[in-house]
Amino acid sequence: MKYAYYPGCSLESGSAAYDLSVRAVAEVLNIELEEIDDWNCCGATEYFTQDELVATSVIARNLALIRPDLRDVVAPCAACFLNLKKTDALMQDDPAMNAKINSALGAGGLHYDAGRVRVCHLLELLHTEVGEATLKEKMVQPLTGLRVAPYYGCQVVRPLGGLDNPEYPMKMDEMFKWLGADVVDYPVKAHCCGGHMTQISEDAAFELIRRLLQSAVDSKADLLLCMCPMCQLNLDAYQGRVNNFFNKDFQVPIIFFTQLLGVALGIDMQKLGFGKEIVGAEPIIQSRLAEQAAKANA
Amino acid sequence: MAEKVGVYVCHCGSNIAGKVDVEQVAKWTGQHVKDVTVARDYKFMCSDLGQKLIEDDIKKEGLTRVVVAACSPHLHEKTFRRACSNGGLNPYLLEMTNIREHCSWVHSDRAAATEKAKSLVSAAAERVKWQQPLEPTYVDVNPATLVLGGGIAGLQATLELADAGHKVYLVERQPSIGGHMAQFDKTFPTLDCSACILTPKMSEAGQHENVTLLTYSELEEVTGSVGNFKVKVRQKARKVDYDKCTGCGVCVEKCPRKVLDSEFEAGMGTRKAIYVPFPQAVPRTPVLDTESCIWFERQRCGACRKLCPTDAIDFDQEDELLDLNVGNIILATGWKMFDCDQIPQYGYGRLANVFTSLELERMCNAAGPTAGKIVLRDGKTVPKRVAIIHCVGSRDIRHNAHCSAVCCMASLKFGHLLMEKLDAEVYSFYIDIRTNQKGYEEFYQRLLEEGMHFVRGKVSEVTDAARLPEEEGKLIVQCEDTLLGRQQRFPVDMAVLMGGMEPQTDARDVGLTCGISCSMAGFFTERHPKLDPVATMTDGIFVAGACQGAKDIPASVAQGAAAAARVQSMITRGKVMIEPIVATIDEENCSGCRICNNLCPFNAIDYDETRAVSHVITALCKGCGTCVSACPAQVITGAHFNNQQIFAEIEGVLWDAMQPTEATDASDTAEVSAS
Amino acid sequence: MITETTEGHRSAFMREVMAETPGGEQLVHCLQCGSCGGSCPNGADMEFTPRAIFSMIAANRRHEVLASNTMWCCVSCYLCTTRCPQEIPITEIMYMLKRTSIAEGMATGTDAPALARTFTDLVEKHGRSFEFGLASRYYFFNKPMSLFKMGGMGFSMFTRGRIQLLPNKIRQVDQLQAIINKAKEIGGAS
Repeated sequence: MKYAYYPGCSLESGSAAYDLSVRAVAEVLNIELEEIDDWNCCGATEYFTQDELVATSVIARNLALIRPDLRDVVAPCAACFLNLKKTDALMQDDPAMNAKINSALGAGGLHYDAGRVRVCHLLELLHTEVGEATLKEKMVQPLTGLRVAPYYGCQVVRPLGGLDNPEYPMKMDEMFKWLGADVVDYPVKAHCCGGHMTQISEDAAFELIRRLLQSAVDSKADLLLCMCPMCQLNLDAYQGRVNNFFNKDFQVPIIFFTQLLGVALGIDMQKLGFGKEIVGAEPIIQSRLAEQAAKANA
Repeated sequence: MAEKVGVYVCHCGSNIAGKVDVEQVAKWTGQHVKDVTVARDYKFMCSDLGQKLIEDDIKKEGLTRVVVAACSPHLHEKTFRRACSNGGLNPYLLEMTNIREHCSWVHSDRAAATEKAKSLVSAAAERVKWQQPLEPTYVDVNPATLVLGGGIAGLQATLELADAGHKVYLVERQPSIGGHMAQFDKTFPTLDCSACILTPKMSEAGQHENVTLLTYSELEEVTGSVGNFKVKVRQKARKVDYDKCTGCGVCVEKCPRKVLDSEFEAGMGTRKAIYVPFPQAVPRTPVLDTESCIWFERQRCGACRKLCPTDAIDFDQEDELLDLNVGNIILATGWKMFDCDQIPQYGYGRLANVFTSLELERMCNAAGPTAGKIVLRDGKTVPKRVAIIHCVGSRDIRHNAHCSAVCCMASLKFGHLLMEKLDAEVYSFYIDIRTNQKGYEEFYQRLLEEGMHFVRGKVSEVTDAARLPEEEGKLIVQCEDTLLGRQQRFPVDMAVLMGGMEPQTDARDVGLTCGISCSMAGFFTERHPKLDPVATMTDGIFVAGACQGAKDIPASVAQGAAAAARVQSMITRGKVMIEPIVATIDEENCSGCRICNNLCPFNAIDYDETRAVSHVITALCKGCGTCVSACPAQVITGAHFNNQQIFAEIEGVLWDAMQPTEATDASDTAEVSAS
Repeated sequence: MITETTEGHRSAFMREVMAETPGGEQLVHCLQCGSCGGSCPNGADMEFTPRAIFSMIAANRRHEVLASNTMWCCVSCYLCTTRCPQEIPITEIMYMLKRTSIAEGMATGTDAPALARTFTDLVEKHGRSFEFGLASRYYFFNKPMSLFKMGGMGFSMFTRGRIQLLPNKIRQVDQLQAIINKAKEIGGAS
């Protein structure tokens, strides 16, 4: 399997653990990821608040740069994925916009035929295209005893993303059940993390983060699995400040789902970017897996 | 001999005249279309005076053909055929062309619409000259009727007909008649007991000398046509001999296997593997559910068979196919409730204390699974605060775009019962309260007085994720109170989802079997939404109740009675006219290839083995033309739709592309010359 | 679908919103049910719920709408869009209102335009966004006091190798800039 790979800006710095773990997992699963040469930032939501045509043209440059022999592109970041998908869909549905975007691309000597590549989410790739049988076959370290709370965030599962049930997604749940983990069912798994509100209106964002952390704690989750850099940043890096703000003592490790998948596939934790999260995830994972080993030996 | 054609262009008030210059169309036709001797426009052709125009012209001007350009022939073809008859002209020498639905109603450019109307009129005038006088035939109407569905609409229709002395076969899929109404506790707005008003009708139907009850049975096939339908019904094996069983109930009592009753009890109660769905069921004969019976699982037990005093249990009983002959069919197949788990944010199936309205109905019912006690899923806690959520799967284009019509009133009824029985605080979350029948608004006023809380807003979600201490352990209903313009959260003990009314899952299949169509939503399509609400486009097939559209009990009963009245008038008339628009096979030239035999959707073509030719059974032929176009030897003719008529019509519609009319004689050319 | 004959019956602002939002013609079907306002994670902070905004749009109260904080509370989580029983593209309408509000200088009382501007300026300069540069610049110019609060968190991030001090730059920045300039020149939404 060979896919064009669009890592996105966050995966280069703040969410390097996501990039590391995606590449490591892909290697074990024989998925070839070819990074789009000279890709640019997707603009997140920020261009859409200013100019729709600039927003979509900036995104379309990345689609246009995908090598002609590749039919699929994978973007692990929620915002990147949605932007690529939304732009491709808009170009397919709206001939006028398609013409305008291609005219803008033309100024850079580029062109993109709407619908030429399929924008694929990483979760879809792993859950559906790799699938249960292969994941189980490649599993080295079952995650038995580990209580995980899959957190889907918002954009990816909404109808535009079309990845899963928009209100009550299950694909990550299913995947970690295959891998032996104890998947907790908690009501806010597709609620918003606050997005960029952490930078605009902290009070509003902190309340959203608190709700998510509280629900994870109530369901006795050991850790929370993300699939979006923004979610991971808000829940992890802001956790201390949320604790101060609400006088709470949350200590919920927040990692990318590919990191834990990597553990199940027997990849060294260092290679998966563990240690970059602020609330450390290694101790709980190690101790649960040790408990499991002890039980197996007994 | 040249024909004398009269052309009449109708204004239809402003319906046609608003977009088509009808005077110009009439004038143009009179001047440009060959053989037209009279061309008039008139305000309302369907009025007595309009019809009189035609009659008089036939008599005075000696018209030999008539064209009426007006509305759809579905509406007024009969009217104008009668006018022709009255004038002394064979009614099949009339042609109607639709310049309303096909022209004025769908176009906005007056000049272009006028041009199109001219083409349509010209086509009809060219065609009508080739039409031939035809004579209809008449067949006897079989006075027996099939009613499909034993809910309140079907029951009403059945009893109306049976009481009038006519034979009725009442076919019901479930083990008992009664339908959804048998599940309900009270009925709005009068709060009379549903069972008390329904069960007398059920037992009456069960015992009526003119009614043959076929429960646990399904419609398989319908052939024939109005007056003489042949129907195949599958009577599913009950594994209980209907004639031997006395309904004593020993088998049910002794059966050791209990299963969840997801049908009658809406999943709120249990039943045995052999069961009678509810105490007042008609018939009393139990049904053995082979899916859950121990005998059918591993050939053990057999308690029912051993203990039956009349030896009525028959494990070997098989489905039976019954052939019925009836003159008319009434479809009263009812509705199903929207699957509430399709809206995950309401938590049904995930959050224990989210209930459907049908579940609450069963709990309210004294004969129900909780003996009338309204409790939470734990079976004991009495809810103190209850949320009633409207429009679940209704008024939502992702599910059902329509308003389910009954939920507002049912919510008010629940509000009353919950306050009366539990003194609970009841919150109704609505988009609009719709109480537009007799006594309904008064009931709403009553609930306002009783203190039911009304919050205007479609509920966004029901969750157990508490944010505040008072929300702990509760269900929280979140919505915008649109009258305050604020997002609000309501902690409650119980949430009730008013699931919308949908057509039965297999309504489209039933429609197909009976040759009638369904709306986009899947409800059966009536012949006319206002003026012919219980007839369908297929003669002899009628619809009644919620299968035609979401409706409540009074409206269903009214339709049941209306459908019965329509059938009675057919029976009383005794004969039904068969349109002479049928196919005929030129047997001399038929090669006997039999291609037409299997294509005929009405099984109206027979094959004569000895002479090796096919021939049409005129009584069954509907004149659809399938065989005509399929015949490789082109030896089948469709009366009223023969080649000459069709080609003349095409030439007429293309008048402006043709040679001047005087230069072209339609009789010797069938090609359309491309100018 | 709206037809030519009914379009004339909409307020000028409603026509504007419908024309400049992909799928915006669906707005005519709003039932005022409030499932958007009830669903919004930031609904409690809004001066007007999205539902109320739609009513105001229909009533041509353009100034009030564009000066409100409603769209600035929107984090584009699409929950309202998912739940709207009439499939109104609510999130896209919020984007349209944000664009119009910024363009007309009415987006006061929110830092969102400043954040957006800072973000896209960086993208236009380097081709990639740059979290450290974004955060430092945005906070320095807009919320200098917050820098102190952010300090501890920033330090934790830095020690874990999650903060890059220098931006990544794409090779063909000039090509990207040409595309952006051309798009700006063509201008406008769909």
